[in-house]
Amino acid sequence: MDSFVNWSLLALSAPGWGGALLQGFLHSIEIALGGYALGLLLGISGAFGKLYGGPVLRDLLECYTTIVRAVPELVLILLLYYAGTDLLNQLLGLLGLGAVDISGLMAGIFVIGVVQGAYSTEVLRGAIRAVPAGQIEAARAYGMSPAKVLRRITLPAMLPYALPGLSNLWLIATKDTALLAVVGFAELTLVTRQAAGATKAYFLFFCAAGALYLALTLVSNAVIGVIERHARRGFVEQR
Amino acid sequence: MSNETTHALAFSPQDLPKTESFFKPHRIVLIVLFVGLVLAIAIFMRWDWLPRYLPRLGNGILVSLAMLFSTSILGFLLAIPLGLVQVTGPWLLKGPARLFCTVIRGTPLLLQLWLLYYGLGSLFPQFPAIRQSFLWPYLREAWPYGVAALTISFAAYEGEVMRGAFAGVPQGELEAARAYGMRRWTMFRRIWLPRAVHRALPTLTGETVLQLKSTPLVATITVIDVYAVISKVRQETFLTYEPLILLALVYMCLTGLLVLAFRYFENRIPTRGA
Repeated sequence: MDSFVNWSLLALSAPGWGGALLQGFLHSIEIALGGYALGLLLGISGAFGKLYGGPVLRDLLECYTTIVRAVPELVLILLLYYAGTDLLNQLLGLLGLGAVDISGLMAGIFVIGVVQGAYSTEVLRGAIRAVPAGQIEAARAYGMSPAKVLRRITLPAMLPYALPGLSNLWLIATKDTALLAVVGFAELTLVTRQAAGATKAYFLFFCAAGALYLALTLVSNAVIGVIERHARRGFVEQR
Repeated sequence: MSNETTHALAFSPQDLPKTESFFKPHRIVLIVLFVGLVLAIAIFMRWDWLPRYLPRLGNGILVSLAMLFSTSILGFLLAIPLGLVQVTGPWLLKGPARLFCTVIRGTPLLLQLWLLYYGLGSLFPQFPAIRQSFLWPYLREAWPYGVAALTISFAAYEGEVMRGAFAGVPQGELEAARAYGMRRWTMFRRIWLPRAVHRALPTLTGETVLQLKSTPLVATITVIDVYAVISKVRQETFLTYEPLILLALVYMCLTGLLVLAFRYFENRIPTRGA
């Protein structure tokens, strides 16, 4: 063998697997973005429900966050993947509509979103409680409606406290997409395994996929740094 | 940047319900509803497979727990030097340690696991020296690769925590130790390490719970843990929900027990003002 590594396997066009890997990487990013956005929505409503909701709503949310945080993501993904698609089809059947084939992408976004929602509920709840009560009271005293208080005061003021936790969650979301390989969704990790199995070049492909994930993490870290500096611009620098 | 917070908020002792102020009218209604749900699950779903698989399930739980404890302990032992060299080490050690933590924390555990199992597993048989060594019977099994991957992952995450913990020990305490004439090693053993471990303990609970939640991944490389047993049940009985619900319940109980155990140990460590 003239060279230890056969780089042509990573070529973008057909005999090489590079294109397939990048396609899988794109799917991973799509799912991470979608799941993270859904998780944020769930998290904001969950945090407000926990802080200002009635006792029953609070207890139900507590159950949600506790269960999701105590059960492995892999098990949750299996449960939600099967149960979610099943329930939706039964619901459509009750409404008299035919069963739909739910795409793996939507199912993946749903699953990651539900898992992320529980964690971001906790992060955002802590951040909202860190906002000085006087600021919210002042907003109320000015006659702002609750929705306006949320949009103008609570969300912007809690952002600096929430960002470290939220950026962690984003990094976790990108890595959790790998678990969807177990339910057979063609994201980066599964494509990598298929490529490696077909060519027997295990190290090459797994390292290439690792490099892609690492690049995503490092780029995310740089972007997060910029956002954090922007959000903390009014703060006294601690140190 | 948030290097100190390595993970999302794990389930922690503060999340356990307290006995006082637990029973309120609406809670009793919720509990009744919940008991009804459990009864409905028990009656209307199929559980006749359970007795046949019970011994295997018990075995699987033991394998999962063995994975958890061995990798957490090994990983923690690795995390101490990893954290230490990042704080005081020469750049020759500091650089690789930081790189190790970044790379491991930046890639999914499943990928690392498959890299070790399929990658190394396909590489080792090519070397006769390895095939003839006494290690070969173990290297042909799947569990050493699972242990290795989980240990490395735990070491990287906890190493980052230990770095913060070592750096957070007040300088005055170390200076006092030096003033007493302690040598570097004595100072490390008597002051620096115990204080750092004490500082890192609260995060250790969360990391261990997260490690428990990572153990089912080893089922993807044919280690028969509780998750693999449940997968087997699903294949043989064609049931979807019942085994998964049981699996979720098993993991919730394990997490609860783990958190309770950690709370017990944390309460035993005296703190100021307690």
